[in-house]
Amino acid sequence: MNAAPTDVIESEAASTAESRIKRAPLVLNKRNFSWITERISGVVEQPAPRWWWVCFSITGSIAMFGLFCLGYQISTGVGTWGLNHPVGWAWDITNFVFWIGIGHAGTLISAILYLLRQRWRTSINRSAEAMTLFAVMCAAIFPGVHVGRVWMAWYLAPVWNNYGIWPNFRSPLMWDVFAVSTYFTVSVLFWYTGLIPDLATLRDRATTKIKKFLFGVFACGWRGSNRNWRHYEMAYLLLAGLSTPLVLSVHSVVSFDFATSILPTWHTTIFPPYFVAGAIFGGFAMVLTLLIPARAIFKLHDIITPQHIDKMAKIILLTGSFVSYAYTMEFFVAWYSGNAYERFAFWNRVLGPYWWYWWTGMLFCNVLSPQLFWFRWCRRNILVVYFVCMCVNAGMWFERFIIIVGGLHRDFIPSAWGIFIPTWVDIWTFIGTLGIFTSLFLLFIRFLPMIAMSEVKIVLPEADAHAASPNGHHPVAADGRERT
Amino acid sequence: MANFFPRWCNWLPLQMAVAGILIACGLTAATWYYVTPKYTKVGYQPIQPVPFPHDIHVTQLGMDCRYCHSFVEVAAQSNVPNTQTCMNCHSQVQKDNPKLEPVRESWKTGKPIEWVWLHRTVDYVFYNHAAHVNRGISCFSCHGPVNHMATVSIAEPHSMAWCLECHRHPENFLRPDDQIFNLDWKPDDVKPAEFVAKYGQPKSATEDWAKKKHLTQHEIGQTLKERWDIAPSTNCQTCHR
Repeated sequence: MNAAPTDVIESEAASTAESRIKRAPLVLNKRNFSWITERISGVVEQPAPRWWWVCFSITGSIAMFGLFCLGYQISTGVGTWGLNHPVGWAWDITNFVFWIGIGHAGTLISAILYLLRQRWRTSINRSAEAMTLFAVMCAAIFPGVHVGRVWMAWYLAPVWNNYGIWPNFRSPLMWDVFAVSTYFTVSVLFWYTGLIPDLATLRDRATTKIKKFLFGVFACGWRGSNRNWRHYEMAYLLLAGLSTPLVLSVHSVVSFDFATSILPTWHTTIFPPYFVAGAIFGGFAMVLTLLIPARAIFKLHDIITPQHIDKMAKIILLTGSFVSYAYTMEFFVAWYSGNAYERFAFWNRVLGPYWWYWWTGMLFCNVLSPQLFWFRWCRRNILVVYFVCMCVNAGMWFERFIIIVGGLHRDFIPSAWGIFIPTWVDIWTFIGTLGIFTSLFLLFIRFLPMIAMSEVKIVLPEADAHAASPNGHHPVAADGRERT
Repeated sequence: MANFFPRWCNWLPLQMAVAGILIACGLTAATWYYVTPKYTKVGYQPIQPVPFPHDIHVTQLGMDCRYCHSFVEVAAQSNVPNTQTCMNCHSQVQKDNPKLEPVRESWKTGKPIEWVWLHRTVDYVFYNHAAHVNRGISCFSCHGPVNHMATVSIAEPHSMAWCLECHRHPENFLRPDDQIFNLDWKPDDVKPAEFVAKYGQPKSATEDWAKKKHLTQHEIGQTLKERWDIAPSTNCQTCHR
């Protein structure tokens, strides 16, 4: 794989079956194990750089103000949000769907790409999984607070109580609770399991007693023995298997919040796959949004290579195409169904009071901007990639807003029509969650290895004794499986 | 790396897990027992300004509940009697009893006696006494054997689950409409022949209940439920309006 050109010719001569297309290495510049450990552990072990403190104080302040807004909303009432008839769901549920969608990329990278043996995932999976967790935390805030009396939120849990009542399992909002809490639990387990070998590395390198103790506790006594690795890999495989259906199920369930209702533009069978594709689309954009700066700041260009960015851009293009198809299909079905309400709702989407949300958010950001990724030059140009990712981030938020508020503000009876105007609490709660999300991510890169060291080492040529050998050995094992 | 953790740490996760499970179970059990109205409300027996003995008035003297709680059949709220009601008798009977001094004081000044409120329904719950006592629910079902209480105390938890227990299965509590204010009534007091003649029996009954020796509460309740078409709502808005 990483053999010099002469070796390739030699092996071609030896066996045509083994002559493979020379693949670009996943780690550039022939970096070795030691370099990876030093570079990634170094981020955690060095004192925090000044930019980190500057960024963290800004994002932390925004997060605190967001929490203040939540406290103000809880103590005053949901009236501090701009919600009212007929728009009973607005920024809160938009933000919920936006954040929960972002999480999906992390799970896709960590679970599905793992099962499909996409070895390039190793460079990005750790931070993508962390991003998933933080996004789900931000997401959980909104429906939790939206219930109005947050101290009653425990009604959502099926616990015996002296009210003699039980959650209504026919409600898709209830399914949401289970989908999201399962998702969060499995994601935490998956992320933590993957962290154990790296925590052991940090423990072994730790210089102070406190660090030794903490990393020691969380490394669960990892020694890197054969037995350790066997159990670890089995656990990781099982968790990947558990997470895989979640990638598809969680956002499907979120889409049921809408699809099981009778509102035009909500009552659609296309919603589950459309939402899942949109979630992965938006999630990959957010992964790149976070990783491109991190890669530049920590000089990780050899680990997160142009190849990785290229592949993620292709996934954005693919899922963006799904989403564009779904948008088109919605319009087609509105016309083809002959349903006057459905047709009106979609005309209203394009030409109604929220017309510019559709034209900029859905059309420009989600449908048109990813088309740049058809071109290799665009996929390899960091600025273009970043521009498209920012478009997609914004576009996916707008898409959810259009679905939710667009569906609600034109009720069946024109006398009940209304418009939604966000209050400062609405706006700052959302900005606050952006602050919470970035603060948590900053803390993560400060205190934990942001790249899965042990996994990246596995994809190095040195990890495969046979592939590295210049002559004699086969890159394919005797039983025909490719070595990993 | 040297062994940072001593050998006994190997057992620590297991010990922590066991301790965690025990603590969680203990907390659940304690909450279950101590933090529900079965514990927090039942048995509450405040000292009243006048120690009104229900047992003497009802059981010994044979007064009806409705002599004092006169609106219970017609109003949502069952009233606590005013001083005038007490003085109907106590201007003649026991008129020098020192325990009744607050009553006489109130009679003179016109200032009501400040009884301590026991069965206080929270403001987000609507409860209608008339709807219940006219439809086969006795005072006893919610207030217990008040006719034997020297000082009134709370007998039932009055939690929502407790309300729903009856709303879901009213047949366990319904009784003949002439026995609502007879707090000593027992299902065994019912004479099956008379009962069936008056109220009939459920359509599903296979034998003639009039020939039975006794009717159980369930049989009585089932009959009355069908006879009076009782279908208590369990919709939230029934009580939370």
